[in-house]
Amino acid sequence: MAKMTLEQLRKLREDKKQDLTRREVEGKEIQVIVGMGTCGIAAGAKQTFDEIVKAVDEYGLGKDVIIRQTGCMGLCYVEPTVEVVMPGMPTVIYGKMTSEVAKDLVRKHLVEKKLLENHIFDRPAADIMKK
Amino acid sequence: MAYKNFILVCGGTGCESAKADEIYKNLLREAEAQGVKGDVQVVKTGCFGFCEKGPIVKVLPSESFYVEVKPEDAKEIISEQVVKGREVKRLLYKKDAKSADNVKVEDIEFYQKQFRIVLRNCGVINPENIDEYIARDGYAALEKAIFQMKPEDVIAELKTSGLRGRGGAGFPTWRKWEFSRVPQADQKYVVCNADEGDPGAYMDRSTIEGDPHSVIEAMTICGYTIGATKGYVYIRAEYPLAIDRLKIAIAQAREYGLLGKNILGSGVDFDLEIRLGAGAFVCGEETALLQSVEGKRGMPVPRPPFPAVKGLWGKPTVINNVETWANIPVILTKGGAWFAKIGTETSKGTKVFAVTGKINNSGLVEVPMGTTLREIIYDIGGGIKGGKKFKGAQTGGPSGGIITADYLDTPIDYESLTALGSMMGSGGLIVMDEDDCMVNISKFYMEFCCDESCGKCAPCRVGTNQMHALLEKITDGKGTRDDLDKLRKIGQAMKKAALCGLGQTAPNPTLSTMKYFEKEYLEHIDERKCAAGKCKKLVVFEIDAAKCIGCGLCARRCPVPCITGEKKQPHVIDKMKCIKCGECYNACKFGAVVKK
Repeated sequence: MAKMTLEQLRKLREDKKQDLTRREVEGKEIQVIVGMGTCGIAAGAKQTFDEIVKAVDEYGLGKDVIIRQTGCMGLCYVEPTVEVVMPGMPTVIYGKMTSEVAKDLVRKHLVEKKLLENHIFDRPAADIMKK
Repeated sequence: MAYKNFILVCGGTGCESAKADEIYKNLLREAEAQGVKGDVQVVKTGCFGFCEKGPIVKVLPSESFYVEVKPEDAKEIISEQVVKGREVKRLLYKKDAKSADNVKVEDIEFYQKQFRIVLRNCGVINPENIDEYIARDGYAALEKAIFQMKPEDVIAELKTSGLRGRGGAGFPTWRKWEFSRVPQADQKYVVCNADEGDPGAYMDRSTIEGDPHSVIEAMTICGYTIGATKGYVYIRAEYPLAIDRLKIAIAQAREYGLLGKNILGSGVDFDLEIRLGAGAFVCGEETALLQSVEGKRGMPVPRPPFPAVKGLWGKPTVINNVETWANIPVILTKGGAWFAKIGTETSKGTKVFAVTGKINNSGLVEVPMGTTLREIIYDIGGGIKGGKKFKGAQTGGPSGGIITADYLDTPIDYESLTALGSMMGSGGLIVMDEDDCMVNISKFYMEFCCDESCGKCAPCRVGTNQMHALLEKITDGKGTRDDLDKLRKIGQAMKKAALCGLGQTAPNPTLSTMKYFEKEYLEHIDERKCAAGKCKKLVVFEIDAAKCIGCGLCARRCPVPCITGEKKQPHVIDKMKCIKCGECYNACKFGAVVKK
């Protein structure tokens, strides 16, 4: 890259900030967890994950959302599965979350704060590790 | 391309020497081999600070904190975590070997009381990638200074912040800058002192290794403020990794137009050069350092005039320590008032300590000023190794002094440490336990100063030598009470008459241990005894016949050998032959070998 002007530096900073905030965890209250057991991956969870990452960036939510992967959630019959944990919203496990609907999920649940009908399959079981 | 996982591998010198580089390369290779190259970004960062448990590998966003990772573990990290999304449990940090619970990063006690300003990017970004520094508000301070602030404003902000030199003496940074800004000169200079020489200190090395751009940015801001176009980083040649990273960073900054002519199109010029030091301790003293930059022999010159007025080639020169520089970008972006809220009345901000010695979690620690030594040693440091008793902590290296158990609760700042007869120093903190002999320690530091004295002025050249000879006399069991008076007298004379900081502070470890551990000195002199068993000429090893079961382990370990005895009969040490290595003492499982 050639020498930069002030504007270019500012733009570069904004662009790179998004890349880096994806690594950070602190201060983020929304979690999107993609089930990536063998069944999930076979059903296209990797593509779903990529779409979610893309959509979250598009809506400028990068600084609030942690996107992580986990093992199989048990709902192998409706893979790929995605769990969304968000303050003020019930925690939901969505099923049949193919890459095509991933963007809808981000828009509906994270932006409009509404549940994405037809894909709700469960609420997580009580976590016995929490007191 | 969207990464799902981020693996941060510590690339500090400590972890690097424990094969962190191999881990990094293996991770990259495994990611490719297992077909997940596009899913994971492997980043080599600066020091995480938790050196005791290195090499450290941290995986985000799952926040898995892996300790003592080996190159072979790379395969499992990739196959388990990246491919299957499961943590590698056996590598996770655990509080102690017995506990099965894994600990999350934010719950590790080591990080609980820390507040990281200087080390804000260490262990977070890849130091060899300027984009990552920029993403974390890097060069925003430079931008603000050049385009929105007048030089006077920058100095006013520093004044509000209350930042003081982190090299040890604690001179207000804004005043140094102001002294250099005011005079008219055809050339002025900015210098970074990265000649970290205290035994056991590695704060500056880690800062440059982990976040080189913070120093470059701060020096450029200073150049703009005082009207200098040229800067030098004086760094010791023993820090190859830091030098490499700094070179890369300077090249990147130049490419982006953040160094060089017409920075960001503003008309401001500033460029940096690296000067390698050959490792003489005295070159950490600013006037000697400047001589060395000029290519002369590193010898101090009397002050005043101070470098701020007459420094490099007789021109006004601001010289600050690495840690001081690293604070400056944050002060400008967050404001001096924000900075001034942290710390104590007279000492603002944080201080980085390199905690070493007899401590469980040795490492790099950044705490707000006013934190007590107890918090650093027991809460962050995890207490003394082997559950032994704390005896003292040495701060300020060969220029500082000892802090004893009675003063563990003193809030650490410049004034309180000076009042205790020690000093802040650059940040080395060496913890000692009951097995350390204070006379021996003070002899060690005196020997160091004796070696490192440049020889220009008599008080230092002759004084360190004489004091060392007296200390040796005492540790050899030939000392008299007179020698203590002599030590005090020579020490006081050196403090007053030596030319530079090295000689003026060289007596500190001796004087301070004499003050707090006089009994130990007297024991060496009157009873010819060293309770800690460190002064070899005063120790006698014996075998307690009542406890000895005649296993013969000590005799097999003895290198001389001087231990004899029949099987299942008490053994005997031939004291004439014994070299007092202590092998038998360590070997005996029944406590039958005693030190006297």
